[in-house]
Amino acid sequence: MIKTLAKMMVNKVNTTNLSRFDLQIISDWVTPNSKVLDLGCGNGSLLKHLQNTKNTTGYGLELNPEMIAHCIDNGVNVLQTNLDKGLTHFDSGSFDFVILSLTLQAMRDPKKLLEEMLRVGTRGIVTFPNFAYWRNRLQIALNGKMPVSKELPHKWYNTPNIHLCTIQDFQKLCEELGFVIESSIAVHSSGKSNIGLTAMPNLFGEIALCRFKKK
Amino acid sequence: MKHESLGIIEPQRACCEHPLALESGGTLERYDLVYETYGNLNDDKSNAILICHALSSDHHAAGYRDESEKSVGWWDSLIGPGKPIDTNRFFVVCNNNLGGCGGSTGPSSTNPETDKPFGPDFPMVTVKDWVKSQVFLSDLLGIECWAAIVGGSLGGMQVLEWSTHFPGRLQHAVVIASAAKLTAQNIGFNDVARQAIRTDPDFHEGNYYQHGVTPERGLRIARMLGHITYLSDNAMAQRFGRNLRQKEQLDYQYNPEFEVESYLRYQGEQFVNRFDANTYLLMTKALDYFNPARNFNDDLAAALSTATADFMIVSFSSDWRFAPERSHEIVRALHTNDLNTSYAEIESDHGHDSFLLEIPDYFKIMHSYMNRIYDQLSNTPKGYVDKDVGKDDGK
Repeated sequence: MIKTLAKMMVNKVNTTNLSRFDLQIISDWVTPNSKVLDLGCGNGSLLKHLQNTKNTTGYGLELNPEMIAHCIDNGVNVLQTNLDKGLTHFDSGSFDFVILSLTLQAMRDPKKLLEEMLRVGTRGIVTFPNFAYWRNRLQIALNGKMPVSKELPHKWYNTPNIHLCTIQDFQKLCEELGFVIESSIAVHSSGKSNIGLTAMPNLFGEIALCRFKKK
Repeated sequence: MKHESLGIIEPQRACCEHPLALESGGTLERYDLVYETYGNLNDDKSNAILICHALSSDHHAAGYRDESEKSVGWWDSLIGPGKPIDTNRFFVVCNNNLGGCGGSTGPSSTNPETDKPFGPDFPMVTVKDWVKSQVFLSDLLGIECWAAIVGGSLGGMQVLEWSTHFPGRLQHAVVIASAAKLTAQNIGFNDVARQAIRTDPDFHEGNYYQHGVTPERGLRIARMLGHITYLSDNAMAQRFGRNLRQKEQLDYQYNPEFEVESYLRYQGEQFVNRFDANTYLLMTKALDYFNPARNFNDDLAAALSTATADFMIVSFSSDWRFAPERSHEIVRALHTNDLNTSYAEIESDHGHDSFLLEIPDYFKIMHSYMNRIYDQLSNTPKGYVDKDVGKDDGK
């Protein structure tokens, strides 16, 4: 349900308690000893996890000063950066992986950021809430309104999530940008998988994860 | 949160009898460095932190000189028991730079060859020379490797110099409100300050000591100008606005009428009483000359390629003399070299002076970073990047 998604996004913004399955999938996709750039790294828990399990190096980018202190506490390199201003300060081809976890939908220019990701890195990993998840569809279809939850009382006009998309939308944009999706998976926020998810990810997937590179 | 104070600190003196070859070409046959220390050095001498001071400060970074409240050190909010640079954990050292007027050998010291103050004969000293003299002090104290070297503004330049020329002698470099080189605007401000001093009739080509005078007017104006540039427009507007000084009406005279005028004059007056004009000239030149990229085709990343320390870079949003953009340049050069780097850009209205102030976000980050350094003294925490691995993977 959008409620759960919203909750996850709140978590991302406030504490970045990335759920275990999310961490695990991203971690499985990242090759050992690689250089990683984590865009919107929150408190640095993903980078810390990758450093511990995959011996990665690299940096996290984050805007919130409180999160900067948490990253430092977590032993993660963090650079205070506004992602909407682009990644111009990074040289091309600096990283093996550029990760954008549950942040794409809050970017002013997601298309440009995706292009930037594959300028500075060889591979991109994006996770985003799938807006075509059936419960979202149901809420809009039945109520005729943008879904709003008690936990995240954002209305359509004040939500930070200004560019929500569906799995199909994302696939189409990747094609347009000349990106190849190497791996993708749709999951339920509980982390559980089922036949519906595998057969129709755009309908049953709550969170989408994609790993992509240039053609 | 009330922290205990370091109390009254006795400065110490290190005498170096080895000649120091200076970047400007001259040689100092011998020199003294005055310094203070806070906290205790541990058995393996691994918990030492060097503090590098800025243009107008000195070795008195923390604690008190005497019983008076006014004698508090310039970075006392940051250094002390339970403070971000915690003297219960670290052994902290701060020395007065060569050419200074806090007791280290400088233009107002007696030249042993003439038995008169050096005055204009004191050689031009640079950031590089300061760091060499600090290396001597490190050896004297038996500190092979500093846990961290920390500096703001001109102090940050010394940290950069340490990190590139003596990379094996520091673990962490903390560079606050600094720059890898001054902009034309900055050099311009410095030269106005220097001209104010040098054109003062009491300057006597720098030999004012023998005439029993000091170029007070020039030094006062230099300080007033400097002070304006260390604050932001907003900070001055908030603090003074157009308030008049103890009156309601304008009196159309040249006496200080606005509060900001009397404040700046007061600041200038205070400065004249504690600072030497020749030292001010030297320090501003050292600022102007610093530019590690000069010998690397202006490629800062190449200039910093010898560094191995972990870096913490901090800038302040309203600092227009050492603007965040200058820190961005440093950060970029550091990540080009795959160095462990963190960067914080603190929201503050207080301009360049912010680095001396207790701003919650700033202090929280300093606290976290110093914790990280402390944790590494005894063990390498799991979550930390091994910089050698990073180097191997570099492009």
